[in-house]
Amino acid sequence: MKLTRREILAVGTGAGVASLFGMPALASATDDLIAAFTGGAEVGSGALALTAPEIAENGNTVPIEISAPGAVAVTVFADGNPVPAVATFNFGPLNPSRGASTRIRLAKSQNVIAVAKMEDGSFQRAEAAVKVTIGGCGG
Amino acid sequence: MKKSVLIAAGLMTAGAAFAGEDAILSIEGEEFVTEAAAPAHMEYVDTIYSGWTFRTDETQALQTDDFDNPAFVFLDQAIDQWDTVEGSEGKACSSCHEDVADFAGLKATLPRVEDGELVTLTNLVNECVTERMGSEKWKYSGAKMSAMTALIAHQSRGMMMNVKIDGDAAPFWEQGKELYYTRVGQLDMACANCHEDNYGNMIRADHLSQGQINGFPLYRLKNAKINTTHGRFKGCMSNIRATPFKEGGPEFKALELYIASRGQGLSVETPAVRN
Amino acid sequence: MAKGVKPRVKVPKSASAGDTITIKTLISHKMESGQRKDSDGNQIPRSIINRFVADFNGQNVIDVTLEPAISTNPYFQFDATVPESGEFKFTWYDDDGSVYETSKTIEVN
Repeated sequence: MKLTRREILAVGTGAGVASLFGMPALASATDDLIAAFTGGAEVGSGALALTAPEIAENGNTVPIEISAPGAVAVTVFADGNPVPAVATFNFGPLNPSRGASTRIRLAKSQNVIAVAKMEDGSFQRAEAAVKVTIGGCGG
Repeated sequence: MKKSVLIAAGLMTAGAAFAGEDAILSIEGEEFVTEAAAPAHMEYVDTIYSGWTFRTDETQALQTDDFDNPAFVFLDQAIDQWDTVEGSEGKACSSCHEDVADFAGLKATLPRVEDGELVTLTNLVNECVTERMGSEKWKYSGAKMSAMTALIAHQSRGMMMNVKIDGDAAPFWEQGKELYYTRVGQLDMACANCHEDNYGNMIRADHLSQGQINGFPLYRLKNAKINTTHGRFKGCMSNIRATPFKEGGPEFKALELYIASRGQGLSVETPAVRN
Repeated sequence: MAKGVKPRVKVPKSASAGDTITIKTLISHKMESGQRKDSDGNQIPRSIINRFVADFNGQNVIDVTLEPAISTNPYFQFDATVPESGEFKFTWYDDDGSVYETSKTIEVN
């Protein structure tokens, strides 16, 4: 297969980081994973907060925070990564806020999606779009 | 070049955090000087800014807490190395130096002239490693050296950058200044073209700093490790398609002295966090 | 055991009964994603910390499943309620079978 320069540009968006991960996953893969987590149940919003930077200076280390009082578990996906799964947080009885912060890798600009399973068996969803910059000299 | 310009163009207008005067760097309750009047020897700049002020809120935050700052993983390794016996003399750093904290102030005054030679912190460490420990010289920007120089430089955190530029240091400083303003490489650029003429502007998606080195050695998100000044100079020169000088060579040492002098009045931040 | 793996944790030394405290943890680990290739073009095999658990006096606080999208030197910050004096136990599980553990005691009054 021979690619033109322009096609390479299109494919290689964020290649500096994307090469870490290979080809990006399709968004539908994320939808499938969410459906597997929820069992196809209806997903609400409002009780789960996801905090992520609008612009990440480097895709290697993107700080995110989840908080879902009343949740038993929160699973996080990045729909533009080659492997969309990021992490699943299971909360024990001694975690009052049902929240956590961590640092994640994003291969390119994309959506970070969190889905929480609540104590009553219902589900909550939150989403944040993160732009991953490609450095001038930094990249 | 395989990187896309599409996203970069979109971000030109988004604006990164040039915090400038309103953000204050406070680490573990201690406030740092990240903005100061330029020293008298700088002809074309009125105010000097730490590289910290050019970074986004999230990157800035990483430096405000020593637990959150990933550089401390490497400083921990250097603390272990400090007590590690190496070489034919059966000595570790700690055999002669009781406490690494005794090096408080050293980084702020380096590079400096000793016996007619300009010496950097790396030179001083290697002098100990080869002459007193009887070991093989550590690689100039290798993992072991980067971590150790970061640990030693960290002891000066919060002190003002204060290198000597007159007397026997003057010829080295002049050489460094000359290098700073000399255009090199296929892109025909000098340090000054980015870091003096265009700091605060975007270079593609990156926010150009003044190229201060008061936070070095420092942790970069880009490669998730400790980076040295000479390693960074080398990176800059490669970016402008020039053949980089040798790390530890006379050119980079002179340049290090000159650039350190452009930061006189800023606090030592080692280990800083940058993108 | 992967090279240079060292856990770090930050837990307050003391608290009042029922207080919510903030805990920070970090472990030095490359978190090799399994997506990278070496200079010869060979796939570098995945090697990550795949699970992190924090317990207090045998009761669970948080149990995290990590994927390769977690950054180098995995970092977690979370809250915990401390009903009485006791010990926090932190455990990290490596792909290579290694288990790294550390603990911290807290005085509750």
